[in-house]
Amino acid sequence: MNWALQFEQWHAMMTAGEDLSFFQEFFVKFYQAFVLNDRWLQYLEGVGKTLLTTAMALAIGVVLGVLVAMVRTAHDQQRPGRRKNPVLGLTNAICKIYVTVIRGTPMMVQLLIMGLVIFKSSRNFTAVGALTLGINSGAYVAEIIRGGLMALDPGQAEAGRSLGLGYVDTMRFIVIPQAFKAILPSLGNEFIILLKDTSLITVIGGKELVHAAQGIYGRTYEAMYPLIGVAIIYLVLVLIFSWLQGKLERRLRQSDRR
Amino acid sequence: MIDVKNLSKSFGDHLVLDNLTEHISPGEKVVIIGPSGSGKSTFLRCLNLLEIPTEGTITFDGVEITNPNTDINAVRRQMGMVFQHFNLFPNMTVLRNITLAPVRTKLMSQEEANDVAMDLLRRVGLEDKANAYPNQVSGGQKQRIAIVRALAMRPKLMLFDEPTSALDPEMVGEVLEVMKELAREGMTMVVVTHEMGFAREVGTRVLFMDEGHIVEQGEPSAVFGNPQSERLRSFLAKVL
Repeated sequence: MNWALQFEQWHAMMTAGEDLSFFQEFFVKFYQAFVLNDRWLQYLEGVGKTLLTTAMALAIGVVLGVLVAMVRTAHDQQRPGRRKNPVLGLTNAICKIYVTVIRGTPMMVQLLIMGLVIFKSSRNFTAVGALTLGINSGAYVAEIIRGGLMALDPGQAEAGRSLGLGYVDTMRFIVIPQAFKAILPSLGNEFIILLKDTSLITVIGGKELVHAAQGIYGRTYEAMYPLIGVAIIYLVLVLIFSWLQGKLERRLRQSDRR
Repeated sequence: MIDVKNLSKSFGDHLVLDNLTEHISPGEKVVIIGPSGSGKSTFLRCLNLLEIPTEGTITFDGVEITNPNTDINAVRRQMGMVFQHFNLFPNMTVLRNITLAPVRTKLMSQEEANDVAMDLLRRVGLEDKANAYPNQVSGGQKQRIAIVRALAMRPKLMLFDEPTSALDPEMVGEVLEVMKELAREGMTMVVVTHEMGFAREVGTRVLFMDEGHIVEQGEPSAVFGNPQSERLRSFLAKVL
């Protein structure tokens, strides 16, 4: 059976105003949303760009988050009663302002400000979008990491230091592996939110999955199939990621066997 | 071995240690007793600078460890510490718990460290737990492993911070047994404990602390048999 021919025939019937059966209508709309003119390639390209944007934003977010969390915990863990380090005090204040501003304003507003005000002459909308998402995510990642470091029993670091291990070794072998295990669910959550929030960069003209769908229903005037399709693609991406995260968690939980 | 001069420590406005001066000689087994909040744990933690003294100096083997320019990690390698809550690293096997520090500080190669660790584990009867994780062993076993972990660094001095206080009563004995053996081998020990039997049997000197002062000290027989101060008498009446 020739799908393209079948589509032409039923599509012509539809435009002529004839009644189509449920299946015929479904076929026409589905074909026009995903198959006609190789439109599935546009979705595929959209998925690629979404993943790329997510990866860039994630990299920026993790780097920023780690830096901010390190400054904040180092500042808070200074020995009481001793003179505080002024440089640390200043950077800590900057970090606090960053976290407060980012968490206190909507993602959408941040995107519009970045796209239409700060980088208004830039044509690389997707990169601006990824940067904004990264800066946004960094604030949340910082708080997640800080929580993980603070939740760990201080006795763990003390035991490491009492054995003569230095600060770096104690962090590397004792504190960070345990903190990472503890924050993995929250980090996974943050990653999932980030992945889905990339859809917002369409408001400043960024190209990704939703942008692809918009381009298609802008031509066909039929929004339901492209949007449901996009929703399913996001769901599948998140499911794949959750599965990977679950595998990693099970591996890290090895030491909890009793 | 350790010289403590005019040591004071305060947390904020709260003075925990008030101008202590004390000397600990090699081979001594110093047992510190006293009511909770008396500053005995803080005193012990000052000895390896887990707490930074507010005032005073501590000298270990001729090195002034309270001097900010001293490499404190190098000093800590020579002092083992055992904690009330064991503080084993739950993310590593028992063997790695023991060998991490000697290997990372370049004291031994991994093979040497493994041999030393297995040897020590055998001595405390836990060689079959080498590849278990800390969460898979009992409290008493954890504390014996923690002692082995400290010993693997071949320290000159062992600090014990209430090593049996978090244990089920039936597990206290196995840990004390290891400590007694260590004492017989001549290790210099400073022990904060509520185990008066251990203090009497193993201690060469008992310090009684209260409210940041060393109120009374002497040989166990004297401290327990003939307490001089009213505070020590009332403390002993409560715990014995």
